[in-house]
Amino acid sequence: MSRKCKTMDANEAVAHVAYGVNEVIAIYPITPSSPMGEWADQWASENLPNVWKTIPHVAEMQSEGGAAGAVHGALQTGALATTFTASQGLLLMVPNMNKIAGELTPTAFHVSARTVATHALSIFGDHSDVMLCRTTGWAMLCSNSVQEAMDLALIAHAASLETRIPFLHFFDGFRTSHEVNKIEILSDDDIRVLINMDRVIEHRQRALSPDHPVLRGTAQNPDVFFQIRETANPYYDAGPEKTQAVMDKFAQTVGRSYHLFDYVGAPDAERVIIMMGSGAEVAHETVEHLNAHGEKVGLLKVRLYRPFSVKHFLSTLPSTVRQIAVLDRTKESGAIGEPLYLDIVTALNEGVKQGKLKTAPVVVGGRYGLSSKEFTPAMVKAVYDNLKQAKPKDHFTIGINDDVSHTSLPYDPQFSTEMGTVVRALFYGLGADGTVGANKNSIKIIGENTDNYAQGYFVYDSKKSGAATVSHLRFGPQPIRSSYLVSKANFVACHQWIFLERYDMLSSLVPGGTFLVNSPFGPDEVWDHLPRPVQEQILAKKAKLFVIDAYQVARDAGMGSRMNTILQVCFFAISAVLPREQAIEAIRESIRDTYGKKGEEIVQKNMQAVDATLAHLFEVKVPARVTSIIEMPPAFSPAAPKFEREVLAEIYAGRGDELPVSAFSVDGTFPTGTAKWEKRNIALEIPQWDSKVCIQCGKCAMVCPHAVIRIKVYDSKELAGAPATFKSTEARDKEWQGQKYTIQVAPEDCTGCGICVDICPAKNKTETRLKAINMVPQPPLRVPERDNWEFFLKIPEFDRRNIKVGAIRQQQIQEPLFEFSGACAGCGETPYLKLMSQLFGDRAVIANATGCSSIYGGNLPTTPWTKNAAGRGPAWSNSLFEDNAEFGLGFRLSIDKQAQFAQELVRRMTGSIGEELATALLTSPQKDEADIFEQRQRVDILKERLAKIDSLEARQLLAVADMLVKKSVWIVGGDGWAYDIGYGGLDHVIASGRNVNLLVLDTEVYSNTGGQSSKATPRAAVAKFAAGGKPGPKKDLGLMAMSYGTVYVASVAMGAKDEHTLKAFLEAEAYDGPSLIIAYSHCIAHGIDMTTGMLDQKTAVDSGQWLLYRYNPDRTAQGENPLILDSRAPTKKVADFMSMETRFKMLTKSKPEDAKRLWAEAQHDAETRYRMYEYLSQRKFEKEPAKTDH
Amino acid sequence: MIDLTTTYLGLKLRTPLIPSASPLSQELDSIRRLEDAGASAVVLYSIFEEQFRQESVELDHHLSAHTESFPEALSYLPEPSAFRMGAEGYLNHIRKAKQAVGIPIIASLNGTTVKGWTDYAKQIQEAGADGIECNLYAIPSDPDVSSAEIEQAYLDVVKTVKSAVTIPVAVKLSPFFSNMANMARRFDQAGANALVLFNRFYQPDINLDELEIQPNVLLSTPQALRLPLTWIGILYGRIKANLAATSGVHGPEDVVKLLMVGADVTMLCSTLLRNGISHLRYIEDGLRQWMEQHEYESVQQMKGSMSQLRCPDPSAFERAQYMKAVKGVQHVMVTSREAWRILTGD
Repeated sequence: MSRKCKTMDANEAVAHVAYGVNEVIAIYPITPSSPMGEWADQWASENLPNVWKTIPHVAEMQSEGGAAGAVHGALQTGALATTFTASQGLLLMVPNMNKIAGELTPTAFHVSARTVATHALSIFGDHSDVMLCRTTGWAMLCSNSVQEAMDLALIAHAASLETRIPFLHFFDGFRTSHEVNKIEILSDDDIRVLINMDRVIEHRQRALSPDHPVLRGTAQNPDVFFQIRETANPYYDAGPEKTQAVMDKFAQTVGRSYHLFDYVGAPDAERVIIMMGSGAEVAHETVEHLNAHGEKVGLLKVRLYRPFSVKHFLSTLPSTVRQIAVLDRTKESGAIGEPLYLDIVTALNEGVKQGKLKTAPVVVGGRYGLSSKEFTPAMVKAVYDNLKQAKPKDHFTIGINDDVSHTSLPYDPQFSTEMGTVVRALFYGLGADGTVGANKNSIKIIGENTDNYAQGYFVYDSKKSGAATVSHLRFGPQPIRSSYLVSKANFVACHQWIFLERYDMLSSLVPGGTFLVNSPFGPDEVWDHLPRPVQEQILAKKAKLFVIDAYQVARDAGMGSRMNTILQVCFFAISAVLPREQAIEAIRESIRDTYGKKGEEIVQKNMQAVDATLAHLFEVKVPARVTSIIEMPPAFSPAAPKFEREVLAEIYAGRGDELPVSAFSVDGTFPTGTAKWEKRNIALEIPQWDSKVCIQCGKCAMVCPHAVIRIKVYDSKELAGAPATFKSTEARDKEWQGQKYTIQVAPEDCTGCGICVDICPAKNKTETRLKAINMVPQPPLRVPERDNWEFFLKIPEFDRRNIKVGAIRQQQIQEPLFEFSGACAGCGETPYLKLMSQLFGDRAVIANATGCSSIYGGNLPTTPWTKNAAGRGPAWSNSLFEDNAEFGLGFRLSIDKQAQFAQELVRRMTGSIGEELATALLTSPQKDEADIFEQRQRVDILKERLAKIDSLEARQLLAVADMLVKKSVWIVGGDGWAYDIGYGGLDHVIASGRNVNLLVLDTEVYSNTGGQSSKATPRAAVAKFAAGGKPGPKKDLGLMAMSYGTVYVASVAMGAKDEHTLKAFLEAEAYDGPSLIIAYSHCIAHGIDMTTGMLDQKTAVDSGQWLLYRYNPDRTAQGENPLILDSRAPTKKVADFMSMETRFKMLTKSKPEDAKRLWAEAQHDAETRYRMYEYLSQRKFEKEPAKTDH
Repeated sequence: MIDLTTTYLGLKLRTPLIPSASPLSQELDSIRRLEDAGASAVVLYSIFEEQFRQESVELDHHLSAHTESFPEALSYLPEPSAFRMGAEGYLNHIRKAKQAVGIPIIASLNGTTVKGWTDYAKQIQEAGADGIECNLYAIPSDPDVSSAEIEQAYLDVVKTVKSAVTIPVAVKLSPFFSNMANMARRFDQAGANALVLFNRFYQPDINLDELEIQPNVLLSTPQALRLPLTWIGILYGRIKANLAATSGVHGPEDVVKLLMVGADVTMLCSTLLRNGISHLRYIEDGLRQWMEQHEYESVQQMKGSMSQLRCPDPSAFERAQYMKAVKGVQHVMVTSREAWRILTGD
């Protein structure tokens, strides 16, 4: 039977099988497995049937724990059920996995294996998550490539039904889950052949049913638990053979042959590597290369890791083997060795015991590839070379430079197995420019239109704005196993001119290779604008140089900054991987395929771009000599501290792989205040202040998501030595009479989002299109404004004690301690965090749930959280996604305990530290900035005095003295955390009565993982996991919190009423108990113009879609109703708001009838909610009875 | 029995009262209610090719913006395998409307390209519409484009659409031509089956608080009637195409006036938006009553009776109002031709 070949990544490949086989699919987003759930949800929303001709139920749960529970229940009642997950999510499934295995229930869970968070979170791939499941009793089956992921997904389901052992099917996160490769697609018939219907029927017959009731899930006692635990042994004993039988049936049906262990290499090899995962593909390629060059080495791939069959293992391993290296993609600190190593040692020992082996070969263990660390043929060769040593290094690492414990093997990075028949290409682009999309399309064109194989892997950076992408593409006549980055490219493309100064792209280009630059300079003038190192390498490598002004072509075609089609045409036109005409026709065809559904206009624009590209693509006649004086600037300013320059700057410059172990702290600690060194210069336009038009309201600074607009009020003498273009005017506020006022922009940190201009209320009276702040091109201002910014920073901050924090125009001169985040340009979340940092940052401790805010807040290399001149600022940490409220409560308990202990010590030591000081320390109200300032001074005096006292108590008090100054605990996270996975904890924490501040940055979807629906998603919104529009209303978290009566609750939207937001933050922090602020945050996941995101917020409030209110329990003491509804009655329809956002609007194009119904229901929701809050806020409130002691 | 029937676009209609293109035809239920209230046909709301093009670009922009940039989120919105873009929803609406009511359904189209006009017109015909109203709604503002070019472009649209479909084609016009009568004749010659006079144009307002230009759609006033009344009166009998009056039709007497100057049908919108769909019934009853009182037998009888060709004082259709001011209290009424002579001394 001929099967279709398609290009896809492993997530899609696995989802294809899982969806085909199963009836119930419980999902929850987690990187890198989310796309599997997204595919399933989308297919179900489009009524696509599975192979049994029925549409699976796809249900999103509140956490992976919930997903596992739902699957457990579905299995127990007889459905074919599955789920997808990774990392922390898999750990949350472990309790259920033990149950599912203990009950011998057939299922397969598909896991894109990802690093488990330790000293840091990592979204990338290794086996630390799956290895934590070894004790669950699940079979573990590993796929090494995209094709294998599809094949073994089916084998896992089939084998589980045959064996009754649940299967954990895993493949490497990102390296396999996100690698695009040409694969053969299993048909529905294949699936039906492999899945044994008799076994399915038996599974159904075992199900819980009141028609033939049984009892399962009992509690058992010491008398029988043990024996019953042993009843399953025969199933595990038979598991491997039955799995092999399924693999054989698969081979018979499909033609691809798999075994529990697969050996490749010399049949008489003496040196063998044993491993599993995508690294085995690299080793496979290297083995073939080395053996072709005269070596005799081998590789044993472990496919079925559990149940581990010693018999099959020994029969697969050549008898000639003398030295074995077992490579583990995980680290178990404190263990004798990593898990696969230990298993292999034990298996060999068993072989000796059973008489199947005379002596065990020498076995060494090594770690590689943690968190998707590159694993290359050069590293594989180093492992084989190590085995040649008389005493091979054991418990080694490969791929890093461990200069602390000296575990690492040396390797020659120049060693390569890349074949001449493979075309290799590298593309450097920006996220927004369409580079990755273009390359995915090119792979599709080559993979699906020719006999060639194609592979694509895409490296993204950790910034959400101005993010660089590097695409690694290979094309060739043989299947491509090279699951490592391209380091020797025939073709390199630089899609962003600014990258020429930032990345050394040409070091990867082979001699005689081709370099394409998207250049604003034409073929005749481009040469002199290239940096000197670029010119040198072009000449040294005799490279061919091509230029195109793709931005110009895109603009002319009406495509804005999307250059995907243009750059794709360039690649095909120059690279000759396909005959030009054939390639162009294929591009046209794919344009029709890709864009046809979105309307004719977008098809035509792309078609026009194809023609225009060929007319604007030029080969440059490369001059014979270097002419440039442009050098690559250092990544960070020389003014940055040593660690920032030597470590963080290297990471920023893309050279983090080269940093040795000794460069880092031992416990994952990093300095704050580091984002300011990046100077990313990503804005094409930046705001410019017009002091004459400005009314000094402070709104521009308030809304700036990146803290690049700053205000200072200062004495005129500070202007001495100001740069010529530095702007200053008289302060308008009466209280600042006689002082100077400046709004300064940080030109190199601005993202150019324009939200400041949008919010500015002051218009130029002679030309109303201009405001008090206007966007102007950045390049001409870069240098002068940089000088102005430097000068501005030196002007002293206004004394915090004299700022009226209740009014934005004054409050906004407070120094932000959250600056230059890498959040999306125009982010709706960060203005709230910045506001919090201005108000309370110098005494704040922040617990940050995993999500967008933990990524732009704490993803290396830098953090926007920073310090003031006194060295104080927010201390920040991220524990997990699900536990953030509890983590923050822990901060509070700890701080309160230490403060209490400090007070006790002060009391005890009153005699030695002085009664006046002690009394003042203990009685300071610390209600405002002045109080806190004075308390800090007292603590300084206390410390001085304590330093002179030699006693245990003095040392103890010195260690906790800072706790005598009030600390502000902030628990920050998104709606995925607060409404879903962390809700149980959040609920407990707000019920605790403790003084913590919970800030929910409500984007109404899981933004960080790509916009999956949460319980905060409003009705009618389209989101992933709600592809057909969310059918139910948004959960009213605020109302639930209010029901305690003891929680301060505020619902805010800065864009609707900024003064209200400010008031809520002040009240929440002042409230001596738990406070919950739910902050509407516009988001790119809404499909909106981010420049006008604040208008979306305003319209949400004007239409009643979002309410503004404050619920302050303190008001009840005065007999006042604690709830103040700050929203006026809606003046607009919810449809007016929904029409502004693609998340709502797109449903009118995909499912118009559903949209009509859901939009009407959403209007009803808003009206009902408003009436209810109106009622609640107008209720008469009786004064609380005076508290009496009983 | 008074005969209210009329013929428009070759369609025999029960009365000369047709709701014009407006939001009232967006809901199937409203179309049913319009029929129940006596509408003799319905012109559906307009579709704009420009808007479809914009929607296509916008949808693609928002679905592709921010994608493939960040490893955890390669996209932010699910992308269904199919969208109902372009006119699909509208065509469906035509089909459903045709099933729901017995009166003729006239679709309204505003194109921007030749391909757009022809493709959508064909689709509209295939969906079952009884006629197409070409909504020539554009505000030419480019100083480099001459009126001749614009006029030719409009005529080309009519020819193009006529050649694309077999159902009748009406043309909804603006009054802003140097010589409306000449344009009317040229549209007539280009094959238009009816002229709908006139389109009302969006004219922005200024928000003085925000210093912003803001849309401010005003419903028509009864005074707006004068413009179609004038031109229908002038054109009646001079062109083959049917004449439909729209703008300012608020009460039964308005309908009478327009029929008398030569309208085949009168189109209503503002008054229905203001007073509700049932107002249509009131106007029909009023029309019948007026005819009874004034002993008219049929619409046919009164149609064109007060047109320039048939009225007692044909020059009254061409008097230049401003001459009254020039000549002060003398109340000398002159025709425009005379006025021109006076002004130029020719």
